[in-house]
Amino acid sequence: MAWTRKILRVDLTNGACKTEPLNMEWAQQYLGQRGLASKYFVSEVDPKVDPLSPANKLIMATGPLTGTPASTGGRYSVITKGALTGAIACSNSGGFFGAELKFAGWDMIIFEGKSPKPVYLSIENDKAELKDAAHLWGQTVWQTEAIIKKTHQDPQVRVSSIGRSGENGVLYAGIINDLHRAAGRSGVGAVMGSKNLKAVAVRGTLGVGGLRDPKAFLGAAAAAKKVLADNAVTGQGLPTYGTQVLMNVINEMGALPTRNHRDVQFEDARKISAEAMAEKRPDGKSHLVTNAACFGCTIACGRVSRIDEKHFSVVNKPEYWGASGGLEYEAAWALGAANGVGDLEALQFANLICNEDGFDPISFGATVGAAMELYELGILTKEQIGLEAPFGSAKALCELAQMTARGEGFGKDLGMGSARLCAKYGKPELSMSVKKQEFPAYDSRGIQGMGLTYATSNRGACHLRSYTVASEVLGIPVKTDPLTTDGKADLVKAFQDATSVFDSAGVCIFTSFAWSLADLQPQLDAACEGDWTMEKLAEVGERIYNMERLFNNAAGFTAKDDDLPPRLKTEPAKTGPAKGLVSGIDKMRPEYYKVRGWDANGVPTQETLDRLGL
Amino acid sequence: MQKSLRIDANKCTGCLQCEMACSYENYGVFNIAKSRIKVFIFEHEGRKVPYTCTQCAEAWCLNACPVDAIRVDAATGAKVVNEATCVGCKVCTIACPFGTVNYVADTGKVQKCDLCGGDPACAAACPTGAITYIDADWTGLDKMRAWAGKTDTATRASA
Repeated sequence: MAWTRKILRVDLTNGACKTEPLNMEWAQQYLGQRGLASKYFVSEVDPKVDPLSPANKLIMATGPLTGTPASTGGRYSVITKGALTGAIACSNSGGFFGAELKFAGWDMIIFEGKSPKPVYLSIENDKAELKDAAHLWGQTVWQTEAIIKKTHQDPQVRVSSIGRSGENGVLYAGIINDLHRAAGRSGVGAVMGSKNLKAVAVRGTLGVGGLRDPKAFLGAAAAAKKVLADNAVTGQGLPTYGTQVLMNVINEMGALPTRNHRDVQFEDARKISAEAMAEKRPDGKSHLVTNAACFGCTIACGRVSRIDEKHFSVVNKPEYWGASGGLEYEAAWALGAANGVGDLEALQFANLICNEDGFDPISFGATVGAAMELYELGILTKEQIGLEAPFGSAKALCELAQMTARGEGFGKDLGMGSARLCAKYGKPELSMSVKKQEFPAYDSRGIQGMGLTYATSNRGACHLRSYTVASEVLGIPVKTDPLTTDGKADLVKAFQDATSVFDSAGVCIFTSFAWSLADLQPQLDAACEGDWTMEKLAEVGERIYNMERLFNNAAGFTAKDDDLPPRLKTEPAKTGPAKGLVSGIDKMRPEYYKVRGWDANGVPTQETLDRLGL
Repeated sequence: MQKSLRIDANKCTGCLQCEMACSYENYGVFNIAKSRIKVFIFEHEGRKVPYTCTQCAEAWCLNACPVDAIRVDAATGAKVVNEATCVGCKVCTIACPFGTVNYVADTGKVQKCDLCGGDPACAAACPTGAITYIDADWTGLDKMRAWAGKTDTATRASA
């Protein structure tokens, strides 16, 4: 069955694990994963809850295509109220953990309460129990996985865990599975840490069977795989260069935010690009070792790299000399361009630290960028930071990553994220964030649609809620002009609603470079009970987006929070095709509210709610 | 012409589509725990290696079986477990030098690759051509071609 129809509810306060039937009526309205787990979340949790209190809940959810041979069908999401943002959080991860959870027979796990002591959840098919994690607390993500595999005497167990950053309350700590794959954003790992939950270890041997129409499903999955293989982005660009294919492209467009968004082009972009990763270094080896796939993925965009053993960051640290995950574009940008560092090996080292100790390289890198600007302005001193931290300092980047991982010194300040950091030092306007979550790697002066995307993303600034870069840069599904605000309200809404469906299905959003909903629909319809038409999917997507919005509104967010920092509205881009432009967010926002069927304050009208059955 | 599975680990991305296809072919469920082909991911080297039975000509599993439950499929050359005969004694799992025969607790029998009767599902499912099903006598052909391509024929061209 596409849904196992089983939920595991874990009460961490009293240590009880209970099985519940999945609400199939909700499954028909919210599909799975992001949508369905969010429905459970908003139905059970007070929007005003403190994210780090026991009253917050945390849900790990698979989708109906998770664990099937649909390409990329291995995803799972973590839904909670974000520690960084205070908004509904939904962080999606690949790797192999999600499929294993499904193979063990679970659609989702709902964690509630707070354990009196560190524990981890061990799942072996229908057997689930909380185990003591005293020996795991204080360990990194990588050590935690190794120890669990050893104590379980099972190399096939899949582990999702937090590192020291999640234990120490780094507000953008994520949850890492399979060593390098992250439910990375909004601080879902900080929430997990606040519950004294260190890890989830899963072994599933039941598999996924009984799809509605297996023959039709395999046919639809095969056809959709062919679409991916034949597409220039998913068939060639991503497997060859990874997401890093974008570094030079976005820089040329004048949309590569540089030095905390002071600039829109980075003079060293080429040095940290996909092309540079493939070139021979002085040691005769290339940085890039190979590409890699997550479960079921026929794109295989993942990067696996090996750091230069002679690089200052890893001299005498052989534990970092092996091949490891990264760099992906967003991390390379945040650790690199965002703070002016053009040293590829240093970026990979900082990225390894983020993976090893479980924190989001986007928010971390952007927060370093903000700290470097405060340092250059003389607001932060060498004494306060513990080292010299001008823009471009690879040494500072590497040191600060380790300090943040360990929760030492200025690392504690960096762990708050840029919004709280900049507010603490009296310059709140220097935080490049929306709803306290840092921007990813696209400047909204050079790609106007992304400004609206960030401002109205339900989880704070994020590129993965409506990746209009696809349209504005790559021409998918149609080319739109990145420098104009015209039509962007409609574009963003369309992307947001479609993305909500992809995120609820169990597949990766990267399929949407090649797939439209029309490619996903036949797979869902053949796999899932019920009648999954295009019309129904479009409605499900819009319903999910509005449901998340209602939660955020009830949590206290208003139209004022759908805004960009003043820098992007008042300081024009200095170079490149967008030279002289600022973000047109103030023009796009009211247009977007209208397209959404929301009032001037960004609240869905009764008519909209009625139409969507909310 | 007999065919053989050929595995080019350099092309493997570690997606496990082969494992899902294998389990579906044999058990009707997508369940990598029941796959007869396994992909090993060596994290620190960045290598992914699919591994399954090589169908030894002189098969140790077959010779070790006390009840003759493993027979040769004359058409494909595969060494095939007859579940009706297998008593689950696991002697073949000890005899196999490569570990590619394994016990299945659910059925009480052993399982191994049987080449799907001549149309291996793993090869059909592999998106990158890491697993192919080719002429058993010419599994080295691609390698030969690659080396042949490096042969210096400049003298002849200039003659």
